[in-house]
Amino acid sequence: MALRIPIRVLIPAAVFIVLVAVLAVGIEHSRDVGTIHSPLVGRPGPAWELPTLTDAGRKVGSSQLRGRWYLLNVWATWCFECRAEHDTLLQMQKVSPVPIVGMDWDDDDARALDYISRLGNPYEAIAADRDGHTAVDWGVYGAPETFLVDDQGRIVYKYVGPLTLEVWRTEFVSRLPANPAPSGS
Amino acid sequence: MLPELGHFALILALLLAGLQAFFGIAGPALRKERWMAATVPAVAGQFVMVLTAVGTLFYAFITYDFSVRYVAENSNSALPLIYRIAGLWGAHEGSLLLWIVLLACWTVAVTLGSSQLPRPFASRVLGVLGVVSFGFLLFTLATSNPFLRLEPPPADGRDLNPLLQDPGLAAHPPVLYTGYVGLAVAFAFACAAMLEGKLDQTWARWTRPWTTAAWAFLTCGITLGAWWSYYTLGWGGYWAWDPVENASFMPWLVATALIHSLAVTDKRGLFKSWTLLLAIIAFSLSLLGTFIVRSGVLVSVHSFAADPSRGKFILTFLGTIIGGAFTLYAWRAPLLKSDAGFELGARESFLLFNNILLVIAAATVLGGTLAPIIADAMHQTALSVGPPYFRPTFLLTIIPLLALAAIGIHANWKRGRLADHRKDVIRTLIVSFICAIAVVVGIYAGHQIMTILGVTLGLWIISSTLVDPLQRWRRGIAIPRHILGMTIAHLGLGVVVFALTTVESFTVERDISLARGESAQVGSYDFRFVGTSEVEGPNYNAVRAEIDVTRGGSHVTTLYPEKREFWVQRQERTVAGIHNRYGSDIFIALGDDLGAGRWSLRAQSRPVIWLVWLGPLLMALGSLIAISDRRYRAARAASAAMAPLPGGASESAR
Amino acid sequence: MSASGSRLVRLSAGGCLAAALLLAAAAWSVDPQELPDPAMQARYQHLIHELRCVQCQNESLADSEVNVAGDVRRQVREMMLAGKSDDQIRDYLVARYSEFILFKPKYSWRNAWLWLAPFVLIGIGIAVAARIIRGRAALLATDTEIVDEDSPDAPR
Repeated sequence: MALRIPIRVLIPAAVFIVLVAVLAVGIEHSRDVGTIHSPLVGRPGPAWELPTLTDAGRKVGSSQLRGRWYLLNVWATWCFECRAEHDTLLQMQKVSPVPIVGMDWDDDDARALDYISRLGNPYEAIAADRDGHTAVDWGVYGAPETFLVDDQGRIVYKYVGPLTLEVWRTEFVSRLPANPAPSGS
Repeated sequence: MLPELGHFALILALLLAGLQAFFGIAGPALRKERWMAATVPAVAGQFVMVLTAVGTLFYAFITYDFSVRYVAENSNSALPLIYRIAGLWGAHEGSLLLWIVLLACWTVAVTLGSSQLPRPFASRVLGVLGVVSFGFLLFTLATSNPFLRLEPPPADGRDLNPLLQDPGLAAHPPVLYTGYVGLAVAFAFACAAMLEGKLDQTWARWTRPWTTAAWAFLTCGITLGAWWSYYTLGWGGYWAWDPVENASFMPWLVATALIHSLAVTDKRGLFKSWTLLLAIIAFSLSLLGTFIVRSGVLVSVHSFAADPSRGKFILTFLGTIIGGAFTLYAWRAPLLKSDAGFELGARESFLLFNNILLVIAAATVLGGTLAPIIADAMHQTALSVGPPYFRPTFLLTIIPLLALAAIGIHANWKRGRLADHRKDVIRTLIVSFICAIAVVVGIYAGHQIMTILGVTLGLWIISSTLVDPLQRWRRGIAIPRHILGMTIAHLGLGVVVFALTTVESFTVERDISLARGESAQVGSYDFRFVGTSEVEGPNYNAVRAEIDVTRGGSHVTTLYPEKREFWVQRQERTVAGIHNRYGSDIFIALGDDLGAGRWSLRAQSRPVIWLVWLGPLLMALGSLIAISDRRYRAARAASAAMAPLPGGASESAR
Repeated sequence: MSASGSRLVRLSAGGCLAAALLLAAAAWSVDPQELPDPAMQARYQHLIHELRCVQCQNESLADSEVNVAGDVRRQVREMMLAGKSDDQIRDYLVARYSEFILFKPKYSWRNAWLWLAPFVLIGIGIAVAARIIRGRAALLATDTEIVDEDSPDAPR
């Protein structure tokens, strides 16, 4: 005897099954919820130039850094998680073949200088993005964020969240070239 | 010691829920009288155990017992008493416990109120409720135990989220959850009927009061949430189409369809399939809401801390229980036929449109809410859906529905006799349109078509609703409670439509920066910034601004918006200054210190906003009046005469 | 990237509704001033309500009180004052934050299912209603039940 399922049963049941499937997919991807996948990855980073925090007269930017690979680390004193990653940055600086350039985002200069002098300076240079223009240009949405930029100024990789040595090893080291660049002066 | 007692009580409650489920369903199936009788003590026992458990948790909160992890995460030594109590449901574990307590309360209510129902049917209802209880208790014990201890206990707690430290927390979740959980009762009635194989008008009559009560609570709960957001968030927003808000709105839409569909099943034995499906869908959406809030699949400000394992559990539970219900439905589908007829202009027709349009509205909201996940599953780049999607698509469905409601309210059962009412329909429409023009153009100097349309629809529903009661009154015919209740509820609907259209169209909002002594004009009001002062609250420091509001030179009020910084979590919360004037609000929130004594402020003038809260209250009130009608208690006599034949006595055989 | 990234977002989301993160320096919770041209101000208001706050992701750019929202809003204002169109501003932001920043899904073939769904459903609804009503109207001939108790003319 063939089983004839009436439409009034078939349609709600089908909708229900699809719904459960969709939600199951949702659970699988839930770790990723809220993370914005930056469309800039793989493309040339926007040109930027900012004054440095430590030396009022000196500027740092994409043109000065061209020809070298570097890490751009966006941080701020008001950012709770940045404090957590600071130790990692200090350790990374010792082992990393590429320099770490810091970008102090939407911050107060005095507080930032105090923070650096108290906790240590892992950065080759610290750009002061006082009004956040550059951050928006680079699609920053939540500190800390770290970009890996190649010698052509292209963004190779972006990590959102506080760095750990494990993340450094698994995500960044594999993306570094064999010969990053002559070290800058 | 006490928290462990609470934990143990929950375990006992789980066992009792299991027994309740078993006896409730197996008893009638195997025709064992004693098993059926055993469900009642199981319900009572579960109730006592659940109350014990929540009692111990309350005690832990009130006595600052930070050795309990949940208390440490949501309380603090400086937290005022009301928030130590209401904070119980401020996070995931506690809110689950609230769900369980309310389910136990509803179950007890059903037990007490089902004395006139045939024993097998009542047992089945309690059995299904037992299954739901069992699932939630298992979930709580397995993944979300509120009684876990911290060793060693911290010196002080992390404090309740400052945003929740507001009287709204005491009201919104309990009322809302009462509504959510009440839909489980409607679901249980539906499952019981399917298990019994008897689905007739009597069943519909038994189910109506419970379902309507749940709907009333859900209406109030959603409204409380909107009102709370409005005054607490600093920009007067009351609805953001946030996934969790949608998760409460979808069951509401479907429950609205359900209570109307039940009316048709009650009256004419029609729409049985619809009614059953709607009951299943409403509860599914209620469970879905629980899932969305706790599983982390969607970004939401209302989300509790997410955990995929919790998500998997709830999804499995949802799949099992709803899958079971659908299986029952498929099994009983052949019984759901009837020979009743009706014509195009009949009330049944309009209620059919009602069912369909409300389901489409709910489906559209569901699609939009889950769209990010669906896009993800189809490997597309991030899809983002917000108010600019929900608003037009919802209006697309709801505008025809409102128009049909205004017309359909005149229609008679079976043979609509709309021709007899043609004059009423046209007259009410013309009067509404003219009044709408008067209000929109005359009072607010507006001209947008959508505004005129919305106000017309609101007034049309109000005037159409009043036609029949006024006729009865004029002829000296008594208005039975169910008609009175329906009238008030539909009036509430008209009021909401009118109010929402007006608020959305004519709110004036400006961001202004003022130095001490300066003033700015927003709408027809002048806001003068008098100054700021520092205040200290029980667990926060605040900057309080003083704003003088005048209109045409005469003083209206002085407002004191605050910006509070809470000591423990170091978060800020804006407390707006709101003044109500004839149902409209003047609203001002403090922005930031721009330096040199200047502050940024957001000022709003929101006309007739109070009708946005009043309308739903009328809807809920009307529905409660309707179910207090004698005819629902008269069901006693009817049921005693009912013989449990397959298909039921009042159904014609096919 | 994902695990920590979303944890960060959740931590910030927890703090989001309550204005700025702790020790916020230059937080713009409310725009300090309006645009000079009322028509442009209205256009600006409309646009920022259609954009998502990238940090407090359930709020619109208009309603969010955090730093980065203020920064993005300022960017929108500057671009508007520089004469850019709404589309150009949206494209700029999408190029940096992905389509996630738009509250209104783009009209594209990919999103067709989302925008067409309500119309399709209504069409199906009309068809279903027509079928049911036709069937029931046909049954009127054999249905002898009297059901008028609720009308004013009915016997009580």
